[in-house]
Amino acid sequence: MADDHGDTAGSTAAGKDVEQHGAPAHSAGTAVVATDEVPNPGFPPHRPRVTDLDPKVDKQQERRVSTMFLLSIVGSVLAVVAYFVFPIEPGNMQSVRNNTLFLGLGITLGLLGIGIGAVHWSKALMQGHDLVEQRHGTRGSEETRAKAVEVFTLGNEDSGFGRRTLLRRSLIGALVVTPLPAIVLFRDLAPADNPVTLLKHTFWEEGMRLTRDPSGTPIKASDLTIGSAFQVIPEGLNDSEHRIEEKAKASVLLVRLKPEDLEVSEGREDWNYDGIVAYSKICTHVGCPVALYEQQTHHLLCPCHQSQFDIKREAAVIFGPAKRPLPQLPITVDSEGYLIAKSDFTEPIGPSFWERKL
Amino acid sequence: MTTTPAQDVQPKTRGQRFTGAAANYIDERTSISGLVKEVGRKIFPDHWSFMLGEVALYSFIVILLSGTFLTFFFEASMVEVHYEGSYAPLKGIEMSAAMASTLDISFDIRGGLLMRQIHHWAALLFVASIGLHMLRVYFTGAFRKPREINWFIGFVLFVLAMAEGFTGYSLPDDLLSGNGLRIIDGMVKGIPVIGTWISYLLFGGEFPGVDIVSRLYILHIMLLPAIIIAAIGIHMLLLVINKHTQFAGPGRTNDNVVGSPVMPGFAAKAGGFFFIIFGVITLIASTFSINPVWVYGPYDPSPVSAGTQPDWYIGFADGALRLVPPGWETEWFGFTWSFNIIAPLVILGLFIAIVAFYPFIEAWVTGDKREHHIADRPRNAPTRTAIGAAGVTFYAVLWAAASSDLIATHFKLSIEGVIHSCQALLIFGPIIAYFLTKRVCIGLQKKDREIALHGYESGRIVRLPHGEYIEVHEQLDDYELWKLVSYDDYKPLMVRPDAQGRITVGQKFRASVSRWFFEDRIAPVSQKEIEQSKDEHH
Repeated sequence: MADDHGDTAGSTAAGKDVEQHGAPAHSAGTAVVATDEVPNPGFPPHRPRVTDLDPKVDKQQERRVSTMFLLSIVGSVLAVVAYFVFPIEPGNMQSVRNNTLFLGLGITLGLLGIGIGAVHWSKALMQGHDLVEQRHGTRGSEETRAKAVEVFTLGNEDSGFGRRTLLRRSLIGALVVTPLPAIVLFRDLAPADNPVTLLKHTFWEEGMRLTRDPSGTPIKASDLTIGSAFQVIPEGLNDSEHRIEEKAKASVLLVRLKPEDLEVSEGREDWNYDGIVAYSKICTHVGCPVALYEQQTHHLLCPCHQSQFDIKREAAVIFGPAKRPLPQLPITVDSEGYLIAKSDFTEPIGPSFWERKL
Repeated sequence: MTTTPAQDVQPKTRGQRFTGAAANYIDERTSISGLVKEVGRKIFPDHWSFMLGEVALYSFIVILLSGTFLTFFFEASMVEVHYEGSYAPLKGIEMSAAMASTLDISFDIRGGLLMRQIHHWAALLFVASIGLHMLRVYFTGAFRKPREINWFIGFVLFVLAMAEGFTGYSLPDDLLSGNGLRIIDGMVKGIPVIGTWISYLLFGGEFPGVDIVSRLYILHIMLLPAIIIAAIGIHMLLLVINKHTQFAGPGRTNDNVVGSPVMPGFAAKAGGFFFIIFGVITLIASTFSINPVWVYGPYDPSPVSAGTQPDWYIGFADGALRLVPPGWETEWFGFTWSFNIIAPLVILGLFIAIVAFYPFIEAWVTGDKREHHIADRPRNAPTRTAIGAAGVTFYAVLWAAASSDLIATHFKLSIEGVIHSCQALLIFGPIIAYFLTKRVCIGLQKKDREIALHGYESGRIVRLPHGEYIEVHEQLDDYELWKLVSYDDYKPLMVRPDAQGRITVGQKFRASVSRWFFEDRIAPVSQKEIEQSKDEHH
């Protein structure tokens, strides 16, 4: 029976193997090569179709196929007509819908007519019985392979690729080093700054007012009732040169709770103002905006991967793949009663990165 | 080409003369007659599952055609503009030129929305049909020698198709795609050592920057399609060289191909099928809206809509991110290790590596170096089928997890409950699927054996003279019988000492994997058994 190595007797079993032109038979591995196989019964008798027997049906099918092709012409013409009959009127959504629908239906008919017609032609009118083609081993014939080996041998002798080791090795060395400039070339995909430095700072700075997103109007502490939440951007962000990049780091969620509900850790006693707290809105997982605030539970939910943060406990993670709490923005009020930042965030906001703690 | 066949005595019509002359002209300059002779009557076997690859090919052509139309109008730029097109709700809003031109294609160019939707639907169908095509090839063992390399090329195409999908999805620079990019940025940043810099260079500065759309655009319309076309070319060439597999059937052997010839039957069917695919995609695109970016609005880093979903084929990766338990991040040696990102990346990497290299693994286990051109019925390779079912389950759980929030809201469940269930399913689901599938396969094999030996139940009850009732069993004819008894059978590897009398660790390992694969096996019915059972019945 078959074993791991080169059992050639087995691989000639009836009808199981590819014909090999003088090539060594291949091991069947752990396959059980049958010695008492049920014989292949050969092709079943051919059963002619109705179209093969009845010329009338044949003619009828022919008419059906050409009807499909004619329908296709009708469809394509209708598509052209629809293009002009259903123009888009600016501001009219219904006209866009009609244009898309009727143009699309016309093209559909044009395409399906050809497709269904051709397939039906093939199935009903073209030769109905199967044909047989012999396979040959994929491996080249021994003669061809010998010629191929000869080509390489001649090439090797002529060039001395195998013999002249110094030449070969220096060529390989050169080829390995050539791509290096390509790596350097890609440095200027981004500006000269160091991304680590950039990631550690945001638009916020001491004394900057908290303003509504997107209008940019400042917020008074008295504007917030208990339980309300504001989407916040720093003052002047809308006029900054890199508005979106800065907003992607400086977005803040402002919430007012009862002061006694807040669990404030040491060193953060003066980061909130009378129960008003500000947290980065950028998730510490992969950076989606943590936009869903549940007023009852004081939980923030990230809609992307369902990390949840507890506002009462300094935005600590209570569920989901995020690890770190949302960074808190220290805030207070200025002389006019507007909420202002006491400083930038004290740690990098958003998703973790390798050099975050450096 | 230049000589007239002797039997053709009828005078030629003008059309025939023209065709002959044209063919002659071309052949004398290209010797294309050799190619026509070689390929023109090639035989293609027929089975419904063989069309899945065709669907992929044809939807790709539809993607190329519709995509080319879109490039004439799309502006791959993140320059901020004030939208002045005809979609009233967004009038005057600041957005990138990419978003504005996408809106123009949708609302100001006749047929533009249709083309966008054809492009998007065709892309979804492209990835789906590649996936189904791969499952067909996997479960029928059509990846075995000599087709291992072609499996790998197909796998590369699958990955490229997903890359095309993602880059294309990101181009309109709408709120949804921007959040998708934000997630990519966050994942890249979580990669140890190089992550921060990769993200910085990819986005041309800080996220989102003003470069990413034009960079993804050039990948989307030039580099990736060029590689895909080249890979499809090799895929097709190897298909022609290897010839198509066929299912076992009367008259079919490992040495022949049975089916219809390229000219004309297969060409008509395949060509017609292209038009059907194109037509069906157009029908869907003209009646069902997809990716309505105007509803989402332009990208802004602050808002996000609840229930955000990626395109279906990215779901498994998003699901993997969602299923990481809390707290998987740490600091070692002053560096931040984001295992909540590294773990999904590594697990998904391993998963797709197993997919890519499975043919080579199975070839190593069986040691079978013969060519295989008869496709297996899945039941006749129980372990392979069970592994496949486990893989499909694993993928499906990740995929479902990407909609955890929607599952929770639709079925009124807690999000925590859904996530925890998915986490448990991700581990236990594949194990259950494995054992279940293996048992089902072996059960079906036993049933086949039973039918081959004792016939099938005819439903005819007969009362015998002595009062006993029996159901008459009808024997299969030889053609049906052949389909049940003709398959490859393997047994576990016996460990044997090598020439030095040693048993290597590698041998032992291979033997144990082989035992796992082939310990439970149902041998095909032999001729002797058939004859014996006939004697019993008569």
